[in-house]
Amino acid sequence: MHEWALAEGVIKTIKEYSKDKKIEKVVVKIGELQQIDIDIFKFALDELKKENSMNKLSIILEIEPAVLKCRVCGKTWSFSENLKELDDFIAESIHFVPEVFHAFIKCPNCGSPDIDILKGRGVWIEKIKFKGE
Amino acid sequence: MDPRLSIINERLKNIERIIAVGSGKGGVGKSIISTTLALLLSKNNKLTGLFDLDFQGPTCHLILGAKDEFPTEEKGIKPPQINSVYFMSIYYFTRDNPLPLRGWEVTNLFRELLAITRWDNIEYLIIDMPPGVGDEVLELLKLINKKEILIVTTPSILSLNTVDKLVKLLKNLNIPIIGILENMRVQPSDIVKKYALENKINYLGYIPFDYSIEKYIGEINLFMKTKFVLNLEKILHEKILF
Ligand SMILES: Nc1ncnc2c1ncn2[C@@H]1O[C@H](COP(=O)(O)OP(=O)(O)OP(=O)(O)O)[C@@H](O)[C@H]1O
Ligand SMILES: [Mg+2]
Ligand SMILES: [Zn+2]
Repeated sequence: MHEWALAEGVIKTIKEYSKDKKIEKVVVKIGELQQIDIDIFKFALDELKKENSMNKLSIILEIEPAVLKCRVCGKTWSFSENLKELDDFIAESIHFVPEVFHAFIKCPNCGSPDIDILKGRGVWIEKIKFKGE
Repeated sequence: MDPRLSIINERLKNIERIIAVGSGKGGVGKSIISTTLALLLSKNNKLTGLFDLDFQGPTCHLILGAKDEFPTEEKGIKPPQINSVYFMSIYYFTRDNPLPLRGWEVTNLFRELLAITRWDNIEYLIIDMPPGVGDEVLELLKLINKKEILIVTTPSILSLNTVDKLVKLLKNLNIPIIGILENMRVQPSDIVKKYALENKINYLGYIPFDYSIEKYIGEINLFMKTKFVLNLEKILHEKILF
């Protein structure tokens, strides 16, 4: 349920950004790495929209697949390959704090832990469309 | 846009005092002092949180005597109470595995943890800073509004030289310094006191080197009776909680 905390950040940022201008649509990207529960996240956003009288605002959620790259040998792979093998503790830890993957995931080619995340980390606001734009 | 930035201070807004224990220099006693301060505050019936900001070498959990606690989820994550202290650390998520992080990822980790941690109604938050002035320290200085820094040093020319860099940075940024605490004194010396005077920083006093603390790490009841803790308790009441 920590999706709530992230949803709060999204709503508060939109609110601060909009000031007096009318926002019509917001695109929020959700990185696959964090394994956000989309239903809870959507529910939290809806509740928070109501609380902040932003009922008409449409928030579009887009999931971005997570891609990892080894900084030593250059191998690139998709996080979904790791996902199958992660035990519950690790999966939950990454869910709370995505960077924690560095403690558990190694390069499938050379075994290095020095890995870069190219795509699909965290939750961020990709686009804000104002009314009449 | 990073949605976490707007809620970090929201999460901290009801806390009376946020005290970050730093030095710039490594190994001078920041972690043991910050953890002890948190324990002493909660012993004095203050609701206290402790945040271990050292992502590469967290140690507060060892001093605090953490076992297999894990935060609970409640519209964010709630730090478990360990020996009455609300405690947050990367240790919960990595356990004893190394966490190799590079620049931007440290920033991300810092923001994520602060954005999702719900400290409840704590009155005091103690932050254990890592050595150096790297990303997590810069993020702390930049993003957390209401903070005071408690500086720790040993009475050594080498230590003070590094400490001075942090002090200059803090003064430049107009960040309040509670004072400078001299730790691990083994013989009479006035270099820290002189440094404080010359730089118009409050000298908080000194804590002698205490050979007994090593054997009480993780044994909170015995640890709380050591000379180290008694010395720090006196300083806390006379110089920090005025
Ligand atoms: N007054 C003291 N007497 C004896 N030992 C001490 C004293 N203060 C700290 N120590 C010991 O010195 C070591 C370093 O302390 P600590 O880990 O708290 O330093 P630190 O500044 O947090 O280090 P780092 O920069 O690595 O985070 C520890 O083993 C600790 O128990
Ligand atoms: Mg430390
Ligand atoms: Zn590799």
